[in-house]
Order: sequence, then structure tokens, then C-alpha cells
Amino acid sequence: MKFALFGGAAAGALFASHVALAAPEVKIDGSSTVYPVTEAVAEEFQKAKKGAVRVTVGISGTGGGFKKFCRGETDISNASRPILAQEMEACKQAGIDYIELPVAFDALAVVVHPQNNWAEVMTVEELKKIWEPAAQGKITNWKQVRPDWPDAKLSLYGAGADSGTFDYFTEAVVGKAKSSRGDYTASEDDNILVQGVSGDKFALGYFGFAYVHENPGKVKTVKIVNPKTGKPVEPSMENVINGSYQPLSRPLFIYVNRKAAERPEVAEFVEFYLANGATLAREVGYTPLPDAAYKAAWARFQERKTGTVFGGIPEVGVQIMELLERELKS
Amino acid sequence: MPAAQRSLIRPRIHHRDIRERLVEAFLFVCAASAVAVTTAIVVVLVYESAGFFERVSIVEFLTDTMWTPLFAEARYGILPLLCGTLLAAGVALVVAVPLGLTVALYLSEFAPVKVRESVKPFLELLEGVPTVVYGYFALLFVTPLLQSVIPDLPGFNVLSPGIVIGIMIVPYVGSVSEDAMRAVPNALREASYACGATRLQTTLRVVMPAAASGIAAAFVLGIARATGETMVVAIAAGQQPNLTLDPTEPAATITAYIVQVALGDLPHGSIGYQSIFAAGLVLLLITLLFNILAHLLRMRFREAY
Amino acid sequence: MASISPSIAVEPTISGVTEIRSNVARRRRWDIVFAVVGFLATSVGVVTLLTLFVDLLMDGYHRLTPDFFLSFPSRRAAEAGILSAWVGTCLVMIVTAAIGVPVAVSAGIYLEEYAPRNWVTMLIEINVSNLAAVPSIVYGLLALGLFVYALGFGQSILSGGLTLALMIMPVVVVATREAVRAVPHTIREAAYAVGATRWQVTRDHVLPYSIPGIATGVIIGLARAIGETAPLITIGALTFIAYLPNAPITTTPPFVNFDWLWSGFTVLPIQMFNWVSRPGTAFHANAAAAGIVIVVLTLAMNGFAIYLRYRLRKRITW
Repeated sequence: MKFALFGGAAAGALFASHVALAAPEVKIDGSSTVYPVTEAVAEEFQKAKKGAVRVTVGISGTGGGFKKFCRGETDISNASRPILAQEMEACKQAGIDYIELPVAFDALAVVVHPQNNWAEVMTVEELKKIWEPAAQGKITNWKQVRPDWPDAKLSLYGAGADSGTFDYFTEAVVGKAKSSRGDYTASEDDNILVQGVSGDKFALGYFGFAYVHENPGKVKTVKIVNPKTGKPVEPSMENVINGSYQPLSRPLFIYVNRKAAERPEVAEFVEFYLANGATLAREVGYTPLPDAAYKAAWARFQERKTGTVFGGIPEVGVQIMELLERELKS
Repeated sequence: MPAAQRSLIRPRIHHRDIRERLVEAFLFVCAASAVAVTTAIVVVLVYESAGFFERVSIVEFLTDTMWTPLFAEARYGILPLLCGTLLAAGVALVVAVPLGLTVALYLSEFAPVKVRESVKPFLELLEGVPTVVYGYFALLFVTPLLQSVIPDLPGFNVLSPGIVIGIMIVPYVGSVSEDAMRAVPNALREASYACGATRLQTTLRVVMPAAASGIAAAFVLGIARATGETMVVAIAAGQQPNLTLDPTEPAATITAYIVQVALGDLPHGSIGYQSIFAAGLVLLLITLLFNILAHLLRMRFREAY
Repeated sequence: MASISPSIAVEPTISGVTEIRSNVARRRRWDIVFAVVGFLATSVGVVTLLTLFVDLLMDGYHRLTPDFFLSFPSRRAAEAGILSAWVGTCLVMIVTAAIGVPVAVSAGIYLEEYAPRNWVTMLIEINVSNLAAVPSIVYGLLALGLFVYALGFGQSILSGGLTLALMIMPVVVVATREAVRAVPHTIREAAYAVGATRWQVTRDHVLPYSIPGIATGVIIGLARAIGETAPLITIGALTFIAYLPNAPITTTPPFVNFDWLWSGFTVLPIQMFNWVSRPGTAFHANAAAAGIVIVVLTLAMNGFAIYLRYRLRKRITW
């Protein structure tokens, strides 16, 4: 009898408390490329607030993140590419307005095993030959790409289909977003790709530069021939800033739910992000934007200006200065 | 008994009866929850898979050779995942069967009591280590070890987790085999010794054949365990769905695929989300098939005596 | 008189005896060979286990500082710790034990003491043994579809605890049944003889004797649950979590709250998985350290359970 009463009271309290106090929480999800920066910011932010605010960061991939964002399940979405037309539509239908804020620039790196001494320079055409859908099952050997390369199996590692990196790379290399061969190790989690390439002598992979920076000596970057100048350029902060690393330089964004921005914890987080983004981006290996860009983004956020400056269609080869101009103009 | 005293007794018995009934009802509900859980598993898997199969034909699912549900050109063939699962289980079995059988034979027929008593707890501990720790071991110890023996072995391959899973299930295969062998009546052994057979001959020619279906059941249960294994392959086999029979290549199993998708956390109702339930349904069917097979083998074995 | 030798010749000639002797000696040699092989095979398991421990210790021992236990995960490997992970494990285990143990023990008691021999009972028994064979990730799928979405519990400690409770049910049911079955009938009959009801017999006579056996099964079940990763990943336990759920007991009214049940969480095995997946050696050291904690925990629990079982066998005097 007593047990039953106690049980009933406990159950009641259980369900009642669900409505009651919960610490303020900021939910973030999306790109695994942007993840290292957002994670750093989240960590420093929570330290600064001494745990009074909770920040959770997931890695569903840019596409996955947008799906959740446009259902109102997250407050901020990490994105390694601008929002696409169908995602804009989904957000509009759900009544969600977003504030687009660039936070850093990435040099999308093509990597090989450290002992790979033949693939020092590659062209975009060669990459296309390897990665286009028609290569599935056919281009399986290094020799097939360039005759003077070794006759060895080509092991491929790349971003998964929910990843902004995937969208950007396929757009830049194959010419059409999301168009790729399927027989490679795909993962939204770039850590897996680093592990894969670093353990396989004949591997070729691609992922955000932060993961190269974080794992020195595990992988080797390949110089990409700039289609405009014809000169091989290696991915690095300087080459992104001076615009020579093309076409694989790309801006990284966070998208903030406008209604969520009205909550003090979310607004504080975003402001903290923009204020510290430069240092933290550099720390994890990405290229920070020029100060003017962060100031423009700050102003944009303070005004709660929604919408995107990119029109929802995939774009390749946007340079830092160009990005800045667009942000300032809008 | 006077009426007054009878009426004093009756209310207390009545109260007890209610309590007895309530207790029994509560206990029954708890027991029946096992049925409820099984039903729930089937319902959830079938319901979500139904959503999946509305968009993908079963024929395509069972015969297509590529699994790329999240691509623009999405392909939904379960064969690569199935292949990866069976390949990993196969490698595990190649390791577990000889090892497990030998261990079982040794412990039940040969080993002195002291050895058996001190070794068996160790083997039980082997089973108790969490699978994620085995995954760590496979990726960071076994794979480099194998790479020094097999040059050009990729960092993600099926061989390494397969071997580790095999060692992991040795206690399981071993103990089921041992049960089978212990059930062989001693009379058979003694008759064999009486004919002058050595211990090895008795073991190989009398005990093993007599326990054959029990041992076969052990193998089949081992396959079932290995196919359901998740973390070791998720960590060490890579996550590339690959239709291959070569264990030196990376491959994805059904279980690793589910983990990969769950980590990415697909939105409820999308086809990617439903695909993990379809894959899970296939996995459940395979596991159940193996378990039924093992059960039948065991039944046959029990009937012989 | 001809010797009763079942093997070869009838006449015990000198060459015949030698042949027999060499035959037997040869076969005995094989015996010894197999004994050695068997011993080696058995040692493979033991050696693997020891190698695994040594490997973990070598890789991770240096990370086992008090800071490690009190820090949150961090992007800087040297600062990362398992605070949110082990708190999460504790909280999930509380839910698992609170829900799983009573249900499973009750089920076991029902099946042993109350169940009549009819098809319903057989159905239940078949289901219990089936559930033991279901892969752990399928439990995760069940929880995802049922607890997280259909019932709306979300990706919370409550869902995680319920999932694991279902998973350990078969283990605990079997242990309960065996423990209850071991109690001799004479005790029950004596109790019935003095007019006890079935529940009184069970509660006051059978259960006290079977509690050590049940406890053994419960501890083994919980040890398994602590090491489970796959089902909790499937329901969405987070891999980056740098906060603790609200404490269940606070200094402000209403002093006890159940908020934490709905909180996101992570557990030790998932934290280890997350660190293993990162390519840096520094993170691998963290993974090894987390692995040491998990292994020590599970082995301690298993060892304690085995010890209990041993003590139980000695103490029983019917």
C-alpha cells in the first residue's frame, strides 16, 4: 500500500518536473568541417559562463544540420556551404528565418598518405576523372589517372552525402553538386577519413584543412593547380587569404534561427563566436576572415538581418574579399 | 464456530485474496512484458521498414549491388552490407571454431581440474570486456600488427576486427560445445577406454561425434553472435559499403551502417532514417534464422539420448 | 588361452607385442601433443586478455589523474576528461536498475513460482530466450522508434535507461529463475503447511534464500549494460557534451527533482568510442584511459558477482 502510494507520487513528480526548470541550452548541429571551430567556441563560452549555459554540438553534416534547423530542432546550424534553394524553401515553409554569418575560410585539402611520393601535384581534371560518377568501378588504379604513377590500387576516402564538404567538392571538381562515384569510404566524420588515409599507403582523400592541421604528419596535402593561373598551389592560410588556392577555398558559415536569437543565451553565444572566431579559427587551422568581415557579420547579427547573400545555388570559388563585399552590400 | 468469530476471520482472508491476486497479476504483467518487447521490436522494425519499402522496391533492395542511400543517385542494395556482415562473421568463425573447439575439448577431456578451475574464470572475463574496448584493441593494436605481416594492408580492413571478434566469442562457442560434450554419457567414454583407445582417440572418435549436433549448434550460435556485433567493426573495419569477399579491404556491416547513420542523426521520417530500420530488420531475420537453426540442432542432439 | 586383445593378431608373438606397444606409444604421443595444443589454444584467450590490458595500461595509464575524472571533454586532448561520461553512466544505470531489475526479477519469480504449464507460459519463455539472442543494436532501433519518437521521451537519460533495462532483462530473468529453483521444495511445503499464501511463501521464504543468486545475476547484467555502446549511440547519446544534467538533489525546493531524466547525456563507452575515432595519438591515450576505467569497473563487478556466487554456494546449508 505504502509502496503503491510512493510509486504514484514519484511517477507524478516525474512527469510534472518535465515542464519545470531546465538550464538554458543552445543547440547546434551541422557540418563536421565547421565543427572544430564551433566546438572550440562552445567550450570557451561554457567556461566563461561557468556552466550556466549548456551548448550541445552535433555532427550530422551540413545537409543533415539544415534538415534539423528547418524543422526548428536546432538553434544554430554549422554549414560548410551556403544554404541551398530547397533548404531555403523548407525553412520558409516552417516559418523559420535565418541569419547567415560567415565565420572563417577553409582550404579544402586533398590528401594522400605521407609516404606517397608520386602525387605531389594534381589538376582539377585529374580529380574529376577520379571522382565523377562514371569513374565508379572503372578508375581503380593510380596508373589510370596518370600513366607515370604506380600500378597500385586507388583507395578513396571522402565526405559523406550529408556533408557540405561533399556538396562543395563535387560542385568544384565534378561540376555538379552531389554528383559522385559511390565506391569510396564515405563519412560525415572527417576524423574517420584522416584515420583511413593515414593508414593506407595508396589512399586519396579530401576534407577540411583543420583536420590536416590537427593531425600533423598523418597525411600529406596535394598541391592543386589553379585553373586560372596554371600554377600548383598548396592549401594553407596564406594561400587562402591571397586567393591563390582555388577552386577549393570556401567560406564557412553559421546560420542562426532568428527567433532563437531573441533568447539571451543564444545571442550571447553568437556574439562570443564573432568576437573570438578569428583566434579560435586560426587555432584549429582555418583561415580567419579579415576584421572587417567579422564587424560586418556583427552588424548583420545586431540588426537581425535575415536571408542569404548567395541566392541558394551552389557557387564555387568565392574569395574572401568578394565575400566581404557581398556582406557589406546587403 | 460461532457466527461472531467467523465474521472476524472472513474480512482478513478477503483482504489477503485481493492482495494475492494483485501480486500475481503484477508478476504476470512483468513476465508478459517479454512478449511485449518482442512484439514492440517487430512492430517498430516492420512499421518503419514499410515506409522504406514504399519508396524502394524489395527486388532492388535485395539485388542491387550498391548501398548509397544518401547520394543524389541513391542506390539501395543491401548486398554490400550483407556481404560485409557475413565476411566479418566468416573471419570470426575461422578463428573461433578451431580455437573454441580445441579449448572445449581440452578443458572437458584433458585438463587437470586445477587448470580448468583457474582458466574458466579467465575465459568468462574475456566475454565480459566491453566491445568498444575490443574495437580499440582491433584498430590500434591488431591492425598495426597485421600490417607488419601483410604489407599494404589498409588501416581499415575486415581481417583485424574479424580476428578480434573470433577471440571474443571463443568462450561462448567453447562453453556451448563443452555443455554438449559433457552431456555425452560417461559410459561411452569408458567403453572406448576399455577397448584400449587413448584419450585423444576417445575424444575425437567417440565424444565429438556423439556431441556433434551440440557442437554444430555452438558454431551456429557463434555466427549469430558475430553477425550482431557492432562496435568492433564500426571502429576498425571502416565504413565503406563494399561488395567484396576479400577481408583485407575495408567494408561496412549492417550494424556499422546503423551506427554511422545514428551518429549523423537523421531526421525522423526521412528515407535515410527508415533505411536503418530496413537494415535492422534484415539483421534481425538473419540472427533469428541462425538461432532457430541452432535450436533445431540442439533438439536433435537432445533426442539421441 | 588366447589373450583377449581387441586389436590385431591372435597369437602374442614377440613381433606382435612390439607392434602393439609401438602403436599404443605412438597414439599416446599424439595425446601429449594434443594436450599441449589444447593448452596453447586456451592460453591464446588468456594471452589476448592480458595483452589487451597491458596495451590499455601502457597507452592510457598516464592520463588517469584526478583531473581526468573531473574535467569535461575538450578539443585539447590534454585537458579532456570523463566527467560528463561517468556521471552519465551513473545516471543511466540508476534508471536501468530501477526499472529493469524489478521487472525482470518479478518475471523470473512469476515463471518459477506462479506460472501454470500452459501455452501462455511457453510463449513467455520462448520470448525471453529470443530476447537474449537479439543483437544489441536492434534494441537501439526499438528504443529510437518507440521511446525517442513514439512516446516522445526524446534522446534522454530516460530513453537510455529504458533501453538498457530491456537489454538486461533476459540475463536477470534467467539468474532469478535459477536462484529461485535452487530453493528446496521442503521449505515451501513447510510454509504452506502452516497456512501461508503463495505470496507469503515467496516473499518470506523463497526470496530471502534466492537473493544472493539474484544479486549475482543483477550485477552481471548491470556490468554488461555499463559496457554497452551501440544501443545508446542509436538513440542519440551525444558525443560532445560539456555539461552535467541537473542534479537530482538540490538545495532549493522541491529538493528532489527528476529533471535529469530528460537531459541529453553521454556514457563512458561512447566517450571512448568518440576518442578512438579521432586520429590523434593524444586522443587515443584518452580513449585508453577511459577504457581502463570501463574495464576495471566491469571486471570489478563481474568479479564481485563471481565471488558472491562462490560465497553463496558455501553458505547454503539446507
